[in-house]
Amino acid sequence: MRQLVIDIQNLIFQWPGRQGFRLSIPKFQVERGERVFLQGASGSGKSTLLSLLGGVLAPQHGQLQVLDTDLTALTSSTRDRFRVDHVGLLFQQFNLVPYLSVRENVLLPCRFSQRRRERALEAADTLEQSADRLLSQLGLDLTLARQPVTALSVGQQQRVAAARALMGHPELIIADEPTSALDADRQAEFLDVLLGRCNDEDVTLIFVSHDQRLAQHFNRSVNLSELCAVTAEAA
Amino acid sequence: MRPLLFLAFASAWNRRATLGLMAISIALSVMLLLGVEQLRTQARESFSQSVSGTDLVVGARTSPIQLMLYAVFRLGDATHNIRWSSFQMMAEHPAVAWAVPISLGDSHRGFAVVGTTTDYFKHFQYADRRLLAFSSGKPFADIFDAVVGADVAEQLGYQLGDSIVLNHGAGGIGLAEHADKPFKVSGILKRTGLAVDRSVHISLEAIEAIHLDWQGGAPMPGLSIPAEYVRKFDLAPKEITAAFIGLKSRAGVFQMQRHINQYKAEPLLAVLPGVALDELWSIVSIVEKSLLAISALVVAVGLSGLVAVVLAGLGERRRELAVLRSVGAGPRVVFMLLAIEGLMVVVAGSLLGLLGLITLGVFVTPMLETHLGISLAAWTLSAEAWQLLLLVMATGFLVSLIPGYRAYRMSLADGLTPRL
Repeated sequence: MRQLVIDIQNLIFQWPGRQGFRLSIPKFQVERGERVFLQGASGSGKSTLLSLLGGVLAPQHGQLQVLDTDLTALTSSTRDRFRVDHVGLLFQQFNLVPYLSVRENVLLPCRFSQRRRERALEAADTLEQSADRLLSQLGLDLTLARQPVTALSVGQQQRVAAARALMGHPELIIADEPTSALDADRQAEFLDVLLGRCNDEDVTLIFVSHDQRLAQHFNRSVNLSELCAVTAEAA
Repeated sequence: MRPLLFLAFASAWNRRATLGLMAISIALSVMLLLGVEQLRTQARESFSQSVSGTDLVVGARTSPIQLMLYAVFRLGDATHNIRWSSFQMMAEHPAVAWAVPISLGDSHRGFAVVGTTTDYFKHFQYADRRLLAFSSGKPFADIFDAVVGADVAEQLGYQLGDSIVLNHGAGGIGLAEHADKPFKVSGILKRTGLAVDRSVHISLEAIEAIHLDWQGGAPMPGLSIPAEYVRKFDLAPKEITAAFIGLKSRAGVFQMQRHINQYKAEPLLAVLPGVALDELWSIVSIVEKSLLAISALVVAVGLSGLVAVVLAGLGERRRELAVLRSVGAGPRVVFMLLAIEGLMVVVAGSLLGLLGLITLGVFVTPMLETHLGISLAAWTLSAEAWQLLLLVMATGFLVSLIPGYRAYRMSLADGLTPRL
């Protein structure tokens, strides 16, 4: 019963109009429920790969399937829709909309996606309940829910961002260096709760970091330089 | 659409200080624009309502505009008078239904004195063929009776029976007085919004009477005719300044005009008030059009300021827009978000401006009415003013598309990770 969440084969991407840069991935597959650690330094094609997985960019050649959907067959706006319906994203820092409260930030995906809204309501009576439950599962005091996000520490902000990525049960979470702004203790703590949530909710996780030490927490570790070939010649 | 409005509002609220100031500056410019438009419309209306039902205005030969200015608006002086015999010729012409003479030149504490006949109250019409109406009293019957306009009565506090003294000549202070022949207020006219409000009306005979013992603009030395004796003299008028003429049939108006203009005994000028008013307004309208253009420019400045502010804020919001994209807001949503924000500020500013104008109107209208005879009812905006308001909002929406488009491009280029 192996189910592929990500299936990339013979993928080639070039920036339109820009000669020189070329990213090619012969093969990359992720199964459902896997927690993959992608290790790579900057320049290794990390952001490009994440943009491809997130449906922001489209490859010129090859196969790019996420959750059995062929992303190359979709238009850019349907890819946007697909992303919000199925993928939770988590970034390094400044993940939150500064003028919204903690709870409003967590609710954001449900405002744009009918599917995420419905899935959030499967386990809770209201969206707010669902958001609050996630927040407390991620170790946040619920008295913070109505606070503006700017009042939170960086560690707390990352937890809010994680709650948002998990909101409405997306099948896939892509995390791009979410712990790099945290100190070592906080890093471990944060990873713990994030992995715990992904486990409980049966979410596939792609975790990108340059920090090799974090690899021990994951059941699979992939080095980007082995996965894909990047050529960046001067034009 | 709902998350969009919610986000746009939350985002705008977050930057309420800047956007609030922007809204205020747009409000002020809208206030100016609508104010000028309102003033323009009302002034034109008051202007075109100053005469109606009069087919010809006749005076000594001069320019039609000047004749209208002194005969209808009591502005400036007549260079020449016309003979009474000329007036009689017109009044007795078979095509003429009525003729009202007026004689100008004297004043009462800054207000024009109009010598005329009681026909003035029967035939002179303004606005939609409205006749002059009395708020109290009646037309002059005795030689030394005077009928005062609403402003004269109000500003000088006159009531029926009050005694008033006329000045010789028109203008400011220091004029010689006809102190020996005081007049009695016999009637007070209702407000019309015309020059009539600022006039004192007496009979043509009274004009003759107060000048019996005058010559060359001064009392004759050694000669003084007391008021009680003036009736012994021949008080038939010899000259008048202008005449209003109503015809039996409008169809004959050009023929009558030609007949008067070609009158052999004296050079006369007959003008059609409507045509002359249009001509006069076309001169005034240069000013009103420039005013409108200037206020339109001020609105343009306000709107460009808005675009500048929203564009400047875009740089700081790059991350925020990338975050919104990552949670499902497509570039189109980002575009709409910025456009809605601009539109919100424009609409808020426009409504604020409208409110300000109405508030101002409540305080300023009575003042304008008293001093200029212009009625400015701000709460009854003209159709053109509403159109202007809509135009401002539409333009505001259009210019808001500029930051919207910038954000759209930025969102496309940045994807999920903002480049800083």
